[in-house]
Amino acid sequence: MTITDETIHYVAALAKLELSGEEKEKAKKDLGSILAYMDTMNELDTEHIEPMSHVFPIRNVFREDVVANGPDRDILLSNAPASKDGCFMVPKTVE
Amino acid sequence: MDITTLSALEMGRKIKNREISVAEAVKAQLEKIKVSDASYHCYITVLEQEALARGEKVQKLIEAGEFKDSPLAGVPVAVKDNICTQGVRTTCASKILYNFNPPYNAAVVEKLENAGAVIIGKTNMDEFAMGSTTETSYFGITNNPRNTEHVPGGSSGGSAAAVAADEAFYALGSDTGGSIRQPSAFCGVTGMKPTYGTVSRYGLLAYASSLDQIGPIAKNVSDCAAVLDIISGHDARDSTCVAQGAYHYTEALADDVRGMKIGIPKGYLGAGLDDEIRKSILAAAETFEKKGAVVQEFDLDAVDYAIPAYYVIASAEASSNLSRYDGVKYGYRTGDFENLQEVYKKTRSEGFGNEVKRRMMIGAFVLSSGYYDAYYNKALKVKAIIKAGFDKAFQKFDVLLGPTAPSTAPRLGESLSDPLKMYLGDIYTVSVNLAGLPAISLPCGTDSKGLPIGMQLIGKHFGEKEIIRAAYSFEQTQTGNK
Repeated sequence: MTITDETIHYVAALAKLELSGEEKEKAKKDLGSILAYMDTMNELDTEHIEPMSHVFPIRNVFREDVVANGPDRDILLSNAPASKDGCFMVPKTVE
Repeated sequence: MDITTLSALEMGRKIKNREISVAEAVKAQLEKIKVSDASYHCYITVLEQEALARGEKVQKLIEAGEFKDSPLAGVPVAVKDNICTQGVRTTCASKILYNFNPPYNAAVVEKLENAGAVIIGKTNMDEFAMGSTTETSYFGITNNPRNTEHVPGGSSGGSAAAVAADEAFYALGSDTGGSIRQPSAFCGVTGMKPTYGTVSRYGLLAYASSLDQIGPIAKNVSDCAAVLDIISGHDARDSTCVAQGAYHYTEALADDVRGMKIGIPKGYLGAGLDDEIRKSILAAAETFEKKGAVVQEFDLDAVDYAIPAYYVIASAEASSNLSRYDGVKYGYRTGDFENLQEVYKKTRSEGFGNEVKRRMMIGAFVLSSGYYDAYYNKALKVKAIIKAGFDKAFQKFDVLLGPTAPSTAPRLGESLSDPLKMYLGDIYTVSVNLAGLPAISLPCGTDSKGLPIGMQLIGKHFGEKEIIRAAYSFEQTQTGNK
């Protein structure tokens, strides 16, 4: 599969990454060969196969809807790169 | 005598019998790390003060009659750096989490502490557990203690190397596509990936949630079983954790494989496998036969399609799981931004390494509209075929035998330039994760370069006891095992 500049631009945007020119060229080459290899899956006939997301036949797990929030706010905020008045701080997003 | 060469259970017994104090064990371990970690770099963080203080406390509790049922009370343990330790830096070997101090302990860490363990440090790994060499760590590479010119394997390379170098009595690793078993093979130690759902993933930093499982890396099979006894168990905080009746894995430590039916997938001995490893696996098969097992080769379905299916599914899940690292809640934030979008993009571009970026982009691609069916959905169908193939095999066999990896440890610097080639090294391990099966890797010889060869025993779902019994029986035939 040939990976175009547009495709790289698109997946980088989806992954929220900014790539340098050199990184883009390397990504084009790597993704091309990796996806070509992934295409070998097409040799297998899967027409009547159901996609399997979980290996065990387990049912959904339910629990009571009670608040059980763990560590308190100050502990959580102590890891934040920036915080103010008990909140995470980010650049202004609404003018 | 160098007490760091003892197995975890031997050390636990000596602590229990008051032949060695916990403080002595901890000090000896720290001393060993001080001497040899400059050569191997197994650890990202060594917890010197914390471990000494904890050792004192555990000693007092033992003397007060606590931990009677715990064979590993007081024994120092190393924990992979993608497992949360409260207040202790947990980095996933990534710049993006270089300063992250988890506000809580992972379930396995709680369990270790309840069993009287002393955490001695956090081990190096491939960044976000994505890699097979421990060369992608932001904190530098780990060297293989058996030969420092070679990689220790990955992604739990620091844990496996620490055990191999006697820098840890035992360690925890995580295994998404072979990340416990392959480094165990490369370093000549024993590592086990339990059935999906046996060990709680609560507090394990997620890579590919449907495949990730925590497990032990240790000096022998008995230690692995003892560690699994401690860390297994149902946990409501991990909704994929499966409640089971009896765990008690150490009960399976019996030297007896008479009548056991062992299958060798022919595809696991085919092209691409190093000749010396093939010979070693066939010799192991003979050993099992001599001990009374029935060994037979058979055709396992869809062996060749496990790697493409694995990398589609794992990358897809990774791209979703790693979207939480955005420079807002924890970890690294770029110093140069104009607006919120730039905080996200620059933080992630500066904070993640190449292999992590590559897998997030592959994941974004296979999940994107237009390609979802051709890649992601197709991979889930291939996974169903692989699972069905194993189901069929386990109607006939109790345990499957094969190599852990197609080669012994590559030289440093040989693997990263060609990612696809590196992915192919996971051929014998990834299908086990796709099918959710348990498997153990244990040493079965060395190649002409003196590098360890690992063999893998795969069990049916919740068939840990069969593979432990088979591995233990084989281990008894090996000279020089601990």
